[in-house]
Formats: sequence, C-alpha cells, structure tokens
Amino acid sequence: MEILPNISIYHYVIVSILLFGIGVVGVMLRRNALIIFMCIELMLNAVNLLMVGFSNMWGDGKAQVFVFFIMAVAAAEVVIGLAILMMVYRNQETTDINILNKMKW
Amino acid sequence: MVGPDMENLLLVILLFPLLGAGLNLLIGNKVGEKGIGWIANAATGLSFLTALYVFFVSGGCQTGLTLSLIEWFHFGKVSIPFSFYLDGLSGLFVLIITGIGSLIHLFSMGYMHGDKEIKRYFIYLNLFILFMLILVMASNYLLMFVGWEGVGLCSYLLIGFWYQNTSYSEAANKAFIMNRIGDLGFLLGAMLMAYHFGSLSFADVFPQLSQFSDTGVLTTIGILFFIGAMGKSAQLPLFTWLPDAMAGPTPVSALIHAATMVTAGIYLLARTSALYVLAPLALDLVLYTGLATALLAAVIAVYQNDIKKVLAYSTVSQLGLMFAAVGAGGFGAGVFHVLTHAAFKALLFLGAGSVIHGLHGEQDILKMGGLKKSMPVTYLTFLIATLAISGIPPFAGFFSKDLILVTLYEAKGPLFFGIALLISLLTAFYMFRLFFLTFHGSSRNDKEAHESPASMKTALIALAVLSVVLGFLGLPHIFAHPLGLSNLLEEQLKTAMVISAPHLSATTEIVLMVITLTAVVIMIALSKRKYGSVQSLMAEETKLTTLEKWASHKFYLDEIYDKMVTKNMDRLAQFTQLWADELIFHNISSLSGRSVRELGLVMRKIQNGNVGSYFTAMVLAMSLILIYFIFQ
Repeated sequence: MEILPNISIYHYVIVSILLFGIGVVGVMLRRNALIIFMCIELMLNAVNLLMVGFSNMWGDGKAQVFVFFIMAVAAAEVVIGLAILMMVYRNQETTDINILNKMKW
Repeated sequence: MVGPDMENLLLVILLFPLLGAGLNLLIGNKVGEKGIGWIANAATGLSFLTALYVFFVSGGCQTGLTLSLIEWFHFGKVSIPFSFYLDGLSGLFVLIITGIGSLIHLFSMGYMHGDKEIKRYFIYLNLFILFMLILVMASNYLLMFVGWEGVGLCSYLLIGFWYQNTSYSEAANKAFIMNRIGDLGFLLGAMLMAYHFGSLSFADVFPQLSQFSDTGVLTTIGILFFIGAMGKSAQLPLFTWLPDAMAGPTPVSALIHAATMVTAGIYLLARTSALYVLAPLALDLVLYTGLATALLAAVIAVYQNDIKKVLAYSTVSQLGLMFAAVGAGGFGAGVFHVLTHAAFKALLFLGAGSVIHGLHGEQDILKMGGLKKSMPVTYLTFLIATLAISGIPPFAGFFSKDLILVTLYEAKGPLFFGIALLISLLTAFYMFRLFFLTFHGSSRNDKEAHESPASMKTALIALAVLSVVLGFLGLPHIFAHPLGLSNLLEEQLKTAMVISAPHLSATTEIVLMVITLTAVVIMIALSKRKYGSVQSLMAEETKLTTLEKWASHKFYLDEIYDKMVTKNMDRLAQFTQLWADELIFHNISSLSGRSVRELGLVMRKIQNGNVGSYFTAMVLAMSLILIYFIFQ
C-alpha cells in the first residue's frame, strides 16, 4: 500500500503549510488581482495536497474523491473569476485592487 | 314541555342577526338595495319568530332556560362561563328587541331608500340586534358587558352613519365617550361583585345575597351599576349625549335611542333587583336621579323646536320615570313602562321619520303644520302614539304610567306622586304641542309633503296596534280582578325578579287615576288652545323669559360640562403630552434607535473597501480561532 515509503506524513504537512503560507502572504501583500487569484489557487491546492497525504496515510480513498470535487469546482470558479477580472480590466485599465476600493458605503 | 333542545333555540335567536350581517357583508354588493333590506329583515324576523316560539310554546321562560356553551375564562377561583339565560324578564326584552327591531328594519327599507351606503346601514343594524340580544340573554355580568359594549359600538357607528358631516361624527364621539364613563362604573361594580361573591353568574350570586350582611358593599355595587345605567340610559349627569345622538338616521333613533339600547339600564337594575332591595340607599339615589332627570328633560322638551330633539328629551324624561319607579321598588312597573314605551316611542320616532321623509329633510316643527291632510296614515298613528305617551286610556302608556304613579304614591307618599304627575303633565303638554304644530294649523313651508311608501306605513300601523294592545298585558288589579283576568306581565316576571304589586285600596287607586286623567286632559286642552291652529310662523316663541331661554338651551349643561370637565381634561392631556409623552417616553423609545445609529457610524469605518485589509482581518481572525483550539 505504501507507494512512497520514504516520505512520511510530516513531509506532506510541511509542504502544505508552506504552500498555504505562500498563498496567504501573497493574497495579503500583492496588489495585482491576477497574482492574488493565483495565490488563492495555491491555498486551495495546499489543502488538496494535505488531503491526498492523509488519505494515503490512512489507506482510505474517500478524501481523494473530495480532492477531485475541489479541483472541478475550482476550475469552474477560475472561469468566473477570470471573466470578472477581464471585465474589471476593460473598465478600469488596471487590475490593481487598491484602486478597486469602491465596495464601501 | 321543555324539550332538551329548547335551550339550543337560544343560540338560534342569536345566530340569525349574525347570519344576516355576515351574509350582507359577503354578498351585499351583488343582491342590490332590495336584497340587502330583505336579508336584514329576514334575519330579525326569523329571530323574532324563534323568540316567540321559545317564549310562548316552551313555557320554559318561567323556570328559566340556560344554555351553557363553554367556559369563557377564569381568574383565581372566579369562573366566567360563556352561557346564555332566558327567563321571563330577558324573554320580554328579547321580544321587544326582535319585535320592534323587525318593524324598524321594515321601516328602514323605505326610509333609507336610495342611500348609497345602505349595505353598511343594515349590517350595523343587524349587528346591533345581535349585541342587544347578547346583553339581555347573558347569564353573567361579564357577558352582559360584552353586549353592553357592543351596543355602544353600534350606537356610535350608527349615530355617525353620515360621518362626512363633522358635527354628526362629533355627536357620535360624544355618545361614545359619555357612555365610557358609565361603563367604568359597570365594570367596577362587576369587579367588586366578583371579589365578594366569587362569581358573576346571576344563578350563583343572587342566592348568596340573603346571607350577605355587608350592606355597604351591596350599596356600593348598586351605585356602581347605576352609574353604568346612567351612561347607557341617559340619566343625569350623563344624559346630554342622547339629544345629540339624533344625528343618526331616524329609524336608528327609534330603535337604539328610544326603544331598546337606552332601556338597557332599566334591564340591568331589574335583573339585579334582588341586590337593590337589600341596598335602600342605592335605590334612593336611583329614585332621586330618575325624578330629577325626568323633570329637567320634560322642561327642556317644552322649548325645543326640532322634532327629533323634542322626542329625544321626551325619551330621557320617560327613562327618568322608569328609574323613578325602579327606585321606589317598583321593578315591575319600570319594566312594564319599558315595554309600552318601546312601542309608542318607536312609533313616535318612526312617525317623525315619516314626516321628515315627507318634507324632504325638514326637522323644525315651527316650519311644519297642516300635514294632517297630506299624510293621513302618519297623522293617525302619530296621534295614537301621542295619546299613548300622554297616558290616555286605553292606550298602552296609560297603564304603565299609572302603575308608576301608584307605585310612587304607595312607596314614597303624595309628594313624589305630585312630582311624577307634574312630569306626566309636562309630557302631555309638549307632546301635543309637537303634534299640533306638526299636523294641525296651516303649512308654514313651501315644500310639497307626500305620504310615505308602503313599507314605512306597514311598520307605523303595526306599531300603532302594539301601542294600543300592549298596555293590557299589565292590567291593573282593580280592573283585572272583576273581569277574572290576571296581570300577565306579573306572571311572566315574578320568577325572574322582585315584583311587588301595589296594595292600595281600589278607591285610592281610582281616585289617583281620575286626578291624573283630569289633569292630563286639561293640559292637552291648554296645549290645543295655544298651538291647535297656528297659521303663520310664531313670533311669541322668540320672546322668552330668562328661565325659558335657559330651558331652550338645555340649561347650558353642555357649556358647563365643557368648562368644568372638557377644558380641564384638555389641559391635563396637553400637560401629559408635553411632559410625559414627549419628554420621557419619546426619549426612551428613540434612545434605542439612536444608539444603533451611533454604533453604525463607528462601525462603518471598518468597511473601507480595501480587499487586502478585509483579507488580513479574515486571516487574523482565523489564526486566533486556530490558536484558541490549539491551546484550549
């Protein structure tokens, strides 16, 4: 059952935390909406990786089914998100989100 | 032959008017004016027939029929059942209400013909019949109070029926507010009764009375109930609403403000007669108030020129006489006068309605005259009613008024008899003044009078017949015994209330009767001499002495009330509005609104539109939650 016997669960966890951290920091610091979008994907995939890792550890395939769902939903979400970004760019000539601060009272 | 289902018929009596009102509410717009009228007429008519059946066929009225439906509610140990009760007394009232009510419904079809809101009119009228029936058929004081308030509401709605006229809707307000003062008395009396007797049902309270020793409590309850009766039955000092209530359509004045609702006070006192005989002080108050009201209203009536106002004051005066009889312990005499008065006063009002209808809205008797020829049916029926109210035998009013006079003579002596006689003389005088000015002499206006339609004439004739025959129900003993007849009314009422027939010798009674009759006839002759053949608008009516001027302005009672009560209440209301309402309550209630607003002003600064800062907040919050779960 052990496919990669030398890689313990800790490796997965650490890589996931790193990926997630990079994603979070990216979203917080970057101003380009496209980059932020990519960072969100990074966070999503950190979770996916974690799920696959634990699934492998317990020898239970259920979590991997969820991973496929997340991928499918994320793909759909990307389509919409990119479309919104396209429209924003056409209107504002920029994707800098600090300029897009019109969502207040 | 009291069948087990006879009780259920009580519910049937009640349901017909409710059904009529409901049906008119639902399909009134589809059936047209005639349809609405017939539905309402059928409702009261069927109710009347059912009441007749229960009253005469069942024979259960002597023993009393009780229909217990459910327990309405209870507080402490006091249980209030939702149940109805019919005995000789309430049965008599049910017959008056549905019987006279049916005739007035019939009359209304002609009188209200062409009114756009006839549907609303008949719904109110049926609803009034329902509440009035609840009032007299209730088996306890609280259910009676429901009817009591209900008729007050219907009275208010019908006085203000033509609400587009501001003074009419003000008259409605006045009636409602003055009634509320009395209602408070009724309610307090009922509370006191519940406190001391642990029940409000007639069947529970009355048997306890003989063991109850605290006369002070009984007197207080009696006086409080009488305050309720003062409001509803227009006695001093709460009578000023009744003349103003004439703003309503004339059939309404006949039904509510002459025949039925205003006699609710007499019903209340007669129903509570077992208590009143133990509270002589309360009875004395009733007697003096009744006599004072009767005298005052009779004097005012002599100087009124509006045909309906004269009748209104006459009603107040007659009600005062009834209360005087009740106050002298003659509960039967009071109820008897309610019965006969219902017939002839309804007839008088309907006759007045017919005259107003015929003269296209003219109400000033100085501008009438000479209607004898153009309105023969109205003339004849009005004459019968006038003779009845003046106390001329063999018309109904003679018997009941005679019983009242005899009762007063026996219980309180010649002085009170004299006052009551004076009131009857004034009654005869102003009624014949009204009669002569309206129908005799020559016409003093340019309007073409016409006789009323058939539906109105039918009602007038039926009531005229009643005004003749009803008196024989209470045939005095001096006539009844030689003929081998009994006093039917006494037979009916004796189980329901305290009845004491006069025990004077036959000679005394006849002497009193002859004195009364002679004086009344002289009064009528005087009236005829002064008003019998008036040809032109009278000049001497304008030259009045001070006292007469006071009387024509009803002794400025309205103005006095306005200065003493209304103005002060207004001031109190303004004071509370300024200090309590605006300063305290307004600020308290607006505090909650203002605090939310202030908080919102602070909080909205957080929403700065910067996605990055939202996200930072989110991450921070999530980290905190995570830390909490790790270290908890």
